[in-house]
Amino acid sequence: MNLNGKPVAVSEGPASAPAPTAAPAHSGRRLGRAALFGGGAALALVAVLTLGTLGALALRAEPGRGLGPAEWAALRFTVLQAVLSAGASALLAVPVARALARRRFAGRGALVALTGAPFLLPALVAVLGLVAVWGRGGWVSDGLAAFGGPRLDIYGLGGVVLAHVFFNLPLVTRLLLLGWSAIPTEQFRLAAQLGMAPRDVFRTLEAPMLRSVLPGAAVLVFLLAMTSFAVALTLGGGPRATTVELAIYQALRFDFDLGRAAWLGLIQFGLCGAAALLAVRVAADTGFAAGFGAPVRRLDAGGRGLRALDAAAIAALVLFLGLPLLAVALRGASGLAQGLPPQTLVAALRSLGVALASAALALTLGLGLAALVDGLKARGAGRGIEGLGLMPLAASPFVIGTGLFILLNPVANPFALALPVTALVNGAMALPFVLRALLPALGLARGADGRLADSLGIEGWARFRLVTWGRLRAPMGFAAGLAAALSMGDLGVIALFAPPEMATLPLLMQRLMAAYRIDAAAGVGLVLVALTFGLFWAFDRAGRGRARA
Amino acid sequence: MKTIPTLAALAAFALPAGAQTPRPELVIYTYESFTAEWGPGPAIAEAFEMTCGCEVRFVGAGDGAALLARLRLEGARTDADVVLGLDTNLTAEAADTGLFAPHGIEPGALDLPIAWDDPIFLPYDWGYFAFVYDVAEVPEPPASFEALIDSSLNIVIHDPRSSTPGLGLLMWVKDAYGDRAPEIWEGLAERIVTVAPGWSEAYGLFLAGEVDMALAYTTSPAYHLIAEGDDTKRAAIFEEGHYIQIEVAAMLETSDQPELARDFLRFMLTDGFQAVIPTTNWMYPARTPAEGLPEGFETLAVPGKALLMEPEAAREARDAALAEWLAALSR
Repeated sequence: MNLNGKPVAVSEGPASAPAPTAAPAHSGRRLGRAALFGGGAALALVAVLTLGTLGALALRAEPGRGLGPAEWAALRFTVLQAVLSAGASALLAVPVARALARRRFAGRGALVALTGAPFLLPALVAVLGLVAVWGRGGWVSDGLAAFGGPRLDIYGLGGVVLAHVFFNLPLVTRLLLLGWSAIPTEQFRLAAQLGMAPRDVFRTLEAPMLRSVLPGAAVLVFLLAMTSFAVALTLGGGPRATTVELAIYQALRFDFDLGRAAWLGLIQFGLCGAAALLAVRVAADTGFAAGFGAPVRRLDAGGRGLRALDAAAIAALVLFLGLPLLAVALRGASGLAQGLPPQTLVAALRSLGVALASAALALTLGLGLAALVDGLKARGAGRGIEGLGLMPLAASPFVIGTGLFILLNPVANPFALALPVTALVNGAMALPFVLRALLPALGLARGADGRLADSLGIEGWARFRLVTWGRLRAPMGFAAGLAAALSMGDLGVIALFAPPEMATLPLLMQRLMAAYRIDAAAGVGLVLVALTFGLFWAFDRAGRGRARA
Repeated sequence: MKTIPTLAALAAFALPAGAQTPRPELVIYTYESFTAEWGPGPAIAEAFEMTCGCEVRFVGAGDGAALLARLRLEGARTDADVVLGLDTNLTAEAADTGLFAPHGIEPGALDLPIAWDDPIFLPYDWGYFAFVYDVAEVPEPPASFEALIDSSLNIVIHDPRSSTPGLGLLMWVKDAYGDRAPEIWEGLAERIVTVAPGWSEAYGLFLAGEVDMALAYTTSPAYHLIAEGDDTKRAAIFEEGHYIQIEVAAMLETSDQPELARDFLRFMLTDGFQAVIPTTNWMYPARTPAEGLPEGFETLAVPGKALLMEPEAAREARDAALAEWLAALSR
């Protein structure tokens, strides 16, 4: 309704505010004082959020109690499910990506676009859909039961891994598609002229690509699976399926055991830090913005068996991604028809407030930090600072949240600060994505455009308006949209802090699911999906729309 | 420009504050199903507000241990005047926090299976824990934990760390089996589909047909009988006896309305409160109201033997029992 107007107006805000900060930094000759201050402040905040909260955890932790059976079980389960999620996502993505890479069919573009959707899809919406399809009372179980088969059990390890594959199989598929499109067409043609069998083509051309892309993709999935709280909360639980993050949640919310929560927080930080280091070593470029080109014409893939194999892989992908989304849409439609729960409006407003605040924060921090990094890069430095901006990737939001909880508790009621704290942590979490989006644009504005501006003597505000803004507008819109959408669907820190009476939209949805009001939960889920993708679309559009003009 | 997101954020943050009322406000922390529109909360608030000249505000603050954890976290900062929804397995630990004040009320004759002389906590209802089933799905229900272990039935239980019924089951097994408790839990682990965090998750799984039996109370079938006219839900009676839960309330030391809080505790044991309990909380009232129990309650199965640990004994047994439970179910 009035959604369309708001974000457009919003996206102008952060843009004009840091103007004095950003402009001098791009003269390329001197590092402006404003960039130094702005960037320094942003850097300090990121350091407090990551290292400061870690310090609070270290002071409060009670490592003396060591690792009891429950901690070991949590540690084992966390790593086991992450390994299985990474392995299954990586292996299953190979036939799917190969089919997409070498087949032309109607709707291929739409299907490739669909593989980008799970990144922004609120986790709970996906879980709801997966339960409707794979749960004991779901479609698959109904089908099995009709033929006298057993009913499936989605709770525990199987369900957690299933949900992680749902989120990450599409991600790995995209990475592999990029890998396939990087193999020159001539090589496939040459292979065909040499009369190579499909098996030989795979061995000589495709296997080397897979060897270089798959490990990085798998480590990325491993990292994502270790820090996905919403999936563990809804499909895990119980001593057999508790992740470290879930154990932190239980220690804080059920036992009020700050020492134990802090100790578990340190363990989680160690796990994530190790995984992040591994990821930096082997990670491939995620390439969200890259194009995927047309499928390569493959003379070796004409066999009937291979056609059937590829068709099966593509059909499986469509069903695997599509059925849960269809289930949510169907249940949600009936939930909407019955009327949404009365708390929905207030919860939606809270979520929008948090999403917009964290987007504004991520953008402000990102601009300040990007100006500083870019200014330093012009002088041949800045790599280290850029690395610091990526730090939130290694610290899970949950670890930061736990540290903030322990820092705040002596001076204020953490429950009363649930929404501002969530906005703060979500904003910091979006910072790496914002930095990635803004830095190349600033570099371009400084490089070619900057030299022209220098020769014309354009300085200060005029330089920002005429030179930098044009380059920055589109990536800013994209980054703000991404930050707002990720925060909108988030169920992490908010679950740690929010008292039951102060629910955001994902929290309200989780409560309805817990009370088995599935239709109502799906109805709220549809509102959440609409707002999440609406925010992303509106910001992205606002950024690109004016840039073209 | 920049004010727009700020204003939107402020509006969202300010919403829960609500308007100031000239009448004094009595804040009661309790579990969510108590405050729900179908729960006892609304009718009880209305009845008490007719006499107290105050506003009653229920805050759904989680069940059992979570409720206590929230109070410990808020400490002296808490808004709560009364806490309603702990049980005797938690009262020893709760009393030690020093957050609660003596009620100073002479409760008189109560209809509990035990005598009551706690100076801090007052009971408002009670019930026997039991596994509930559907006669159409389970024609021959097990008659003991051991029979349950030998069956092929799927059950859902509650996490004892987050739910009072979950903790009750832990105490039930411990009280009935003592040193054999770990062995019973290892057997039960095969039957447990999932450990739900709380009441609505667990009972929801049962009603959705995802499990054959759910941990509940012998009084739970009354809900289906009276509210839904459905007599297919029953509670399985176990030979070992059934652990009982006595739900209690208390006033807080830091309350800014101590007289109002005490008046509420007094009101809690009158018909205005007690008559609402059987058909909203689906438990036995702590003092049977003048009109007696509602029609349908006489059909409920009554266990031959009631089990209950003293609050101190329950607290001492809890950590070891929890460790046994974790060890058996982590495997």
